[in-house]
This record gives sequence, C-alpha cells and structure tokens, in this order.
Amino acid sequence: MRGFVLPLLLIVFAEIGARLHGASDVLAPPSEVALAFVEALRDGSLALATRDTLIAAFGGLAAGAALGLALGVVLGVSRPLDRLLELPLEVLRPIPSVAVIPVALVALGFGYRLEIAIVSFACIWPMLILTRAAVAGVEPRLLEVARVLRLSPLATVVKIVAPAALPRIFVAFRLAAGVALIVAVTVEIAVNPQGLGAALMTAGQALRPDLTLAFLVWVGVVGFALNQLLLWTEARLFGKGAAR
Amino acid sequence: MIVFDNVRLAYGDQLVLGGLSFEIKPHEILCLIGPSGCGKTTALRIAAGLVTPTSGEARFDGAAIKGPRRDVAVVFQDYAKALLPWRTAAGNVALALEAMGAPRAGRAAHISALLERVGLKGQETKYPSQMSGGMQQRLQIARCLAQEPAALMMDEPFGALDAMTRQSLQDEMLDIARLTGATILFVTHDLEEAIYLGDRVIGLAPHPGRIGIELPIDLPRPRDQVATRESPRFLALRRQLYDFIHGVESAAR
Repeated sequence: MRGFVLPLLLIVFAEIGARLHGASDVLAPPSEVALAFVEALRDGSLALATRDTLIAAFGGLAAGAALGLALGVVLGVSRPLDRLLELPLEVLRPIPSVAVIPVALVALGFGYRLEIAIVSFACIWPMLILTRAAVAGVEPRLLEVARVLRLSPLATVVKIVAPAALPRIFVAFRLAAGVALIVAVTVEIAVNPQGLGAALMTAGQALRPDLTLAFLVWVGVVGFALNQLLLWTEARLFGKGAAR
Repeated sequence: MIVFDNVRLAYGDQLVLGGLSFEIKPHEILCLIGPSGCGKTTALRIAAGLVTPTSGEARFDGAAIKGPRRDVAVVFQDYAKALLPWRTAAGNVALALEAMGAPRAGRAAHISALLERVGLKGQETKYPSQMSGGMQQRLQIARCLAQEPAALMMDEPFGALDAMTRQSLQDEMLDIARLTGATILFVTHDLEEAIYLGDRVIGLAPHPGRIGIELPIDLPRPRDQVATRESPRFLALRRQLYDFIHGVESAAR
C-alpha cells in the first residue's frame, strides 16, 4: 500500500496546479484525464486501439522471438557458425528499429504487416543475444555427460541444453515483450495510422491534452500488466527445482 | 580389457603423458595415483574416449578407442555439476535409460532397483539440490550402473566427501564391483583409498606423466575398513607408495 502514497500525492498536486493555472493545450488536470479515459472506454476507441497495438506487438513478438530463439540456440551450440555470423549480426544489430520503417513501408504498406515486421526485427536481438549466452553457458560437465551417454545432437539439445537454458531464455522473452510494446507504439506514432500510438497522436493534434494523457497512462498500465503476467508465469514455471 | 599402448598426449608443446603403457584386466580394479599434474585424470579421460591421444593407442577389447561408448560409464568427481538439477533422482537415472533406448515398460521398477542398490531406496522424487553430497554421488553411480557398464571410469569420485561418507561409499563400491563384475579404473590422490580398493595400484610420476611404480595389492578380500587398514601388509604397501610420492614431489621441487 505504501507504494501508492507518492503517486496519489502527485495526482493531488497536479490537480491543484492545473486548476490554479487555468486552461492549457499541453496539460490537463487528472480529473479531466479520468473523464476522457471513461469517454474513450465508452465509445470503444480505447478497446479498438489497444487491440490493434496488442495484435501487432504479439505478432511481432512471436515472430521475432521465435527467430531469435532459433538463431540463439544454433549460435550457442556451434562455435564455427557463431564466428561466421558474428560480423553480419553485429552490423545489423545497432540499426534502430524505427530506421527500418522507410524500407518496410515501401515493401509492406500501412497496416499490421508493417508493424509486425518492425516489432519482430526489434525483438530478435534481446532474444538472440541472451539465448546464445544461455546456451553457451550450459555447464560443460553436463555436455560431457551427454557425450559419455552418446546422446544424439538433437537429444542433447532437447534433454540437456534446452532445460538448462530455459529459465534464462524466459528472462530474454520477458525483455523482448517489453521491447515489442515500445516499438509497436513507436511505429504507430511515426507512421502507422492505427493502435494506441496513432490514438495518442490524433488526440495530441486535436489539442485534447486530457485524452492524450489518458492514452499515455493507459499505455503504461498495459505495459505494466504485461510484465506482471510474464513474471507470474515465470515464477509458476521455474519457481521450484529449477536450475538458476 | 583396456590397453594403453605407448600413449602420448601433448597440448601444444606441453607433454602431458609421455608414452604410457599398461593394461587393465577384466574384472580388475586398477587404481591410478600420483601428485597433481601427473596426468592421471587425463589417462582416465583417454580410456573413456573423451580425449584422443596425440600418438600411441588406447584399446578396448582389442579395438582402438575412438570415442565414448555406452558400456563404459564415467563417474565424475564434481557430482553436483554432473547431475541434471531440474530432474528428480529417478529422472536422472532415466537419462541413461533413455540414452540406451531401454523400453519404457518396467522402467520405474528398474530405476527403483538401481537406486536401492546404491543406498537411495525411496528417494525417487527428490531433486539433487535436496540431497547431501554423498547421496548425489550415489545417484551419479546409479545413473552409471543403468548403462550396465562393462567398465567404470571413476575420477576421484569420493575426493570431495567427508571421511565417514567416503568409507561407506568405498565399501559400497566394492560390493557393486563384486556383484556386477565391472572392470574399474579408479583415479585418486588418496594412497590409502587406492590400496584399500585396488587389485593393483599404478603410481604416475609427473612432467610428463609416466609410470613410476606398479604394485599388486595382495590383500585378501573382502576387505574391512578397520582390520585391512591395520594389517602389516597394508601399512607396508602404504609406506612404499608414500615413499614413491614423496620422492617424485621432492624431485619436482
């Protein structure tokens, strides 16, 4: 409960400050933000925008995480491949995901596909790098046990490498999920006319600070809920008897 | 059964083993001792097929050892790292059965029998992290027995355990050896352990690793932790090995 004290105080101060200042195009008192939120909730615009953003974020997360996971496992297991792909990957990685927008826009046009493509590009990296580290960091003695038992390469990955690396790979997935939401909203703000990012832009351009702030707070709530859900899943999956 | 024929091993220009030749006979317990850096663990890893010699040949039943084989099991010293922490005791034993392609039917009963043989009766559902060091090493031995090995390679398996646990595991290991008839290569730095367990003890001298002493252990079996260790013959053998180790260590200084 103590965690709520400071935010509540700040809201009260913001309310008083905004009332004293009078009407503004930039900021709105929290009470009006709350009213705008209820309005967006009633007319369905909030639900629609949230749905669009989450479809793009989850779609991109699924594609990017799958690709990053596969690449990370392969590179973590195989030193020669790791060295072969090191340079191309290190050149691609620093490219900001928003910088891909112009290329992707020409190729894919507006809509889900554009957003999913860019989100997946952004999600590949945390997944790839942490998975590779997790796989390469598997206890060497366990790999020797696999050799002594003459497990096939596939059986070694399935029975030894994957379960040993899984807890750390899940942390990577949680990071990638955070990135997915950020990048989805960013793409919407930059170009894609849909989702929470576009709703934020529209409200801002319509000089509706109350509605803009309502959407902004909502984006934070969605991100927080997503992370809590993943933390809870992580604790359920790896809470007991898990290798750390 | 296992033959080392002039086995040399070099890492770069550093010679680890310099022409090692010896034989482990079927059903024999051969103990390898020596100061650190003498290459005793390396020799075991060559016998297990985990390391390939630079020159010379290690043979198993007449055929050159090209890699690990399922009928040669390895008991590692660091049992905590050699067990799968996310699997229960039963699951860890099952790993070997899965590798062997053993039929699923009757697996649970087989696992229980193996656990009972190493003194872990009823511990099927425990995780390694819930077990003591001695129990973890017993579990690793159970997994090795699941391979139905013709030979057991044991790399200082009891080195990290306290004295009481070590002695009971020594006796259990001798029982297992007698019951299964497995040939055993046992690496240790503990002279008394080597004499107590072995049919024969080979002492390696370091830089490069080579045979410095070879002693047949003519102590009667079954052996006894008190009577055997107090017998004049045991003490004489211990003296001989001690003088050897002391000699190579002071020569190295």
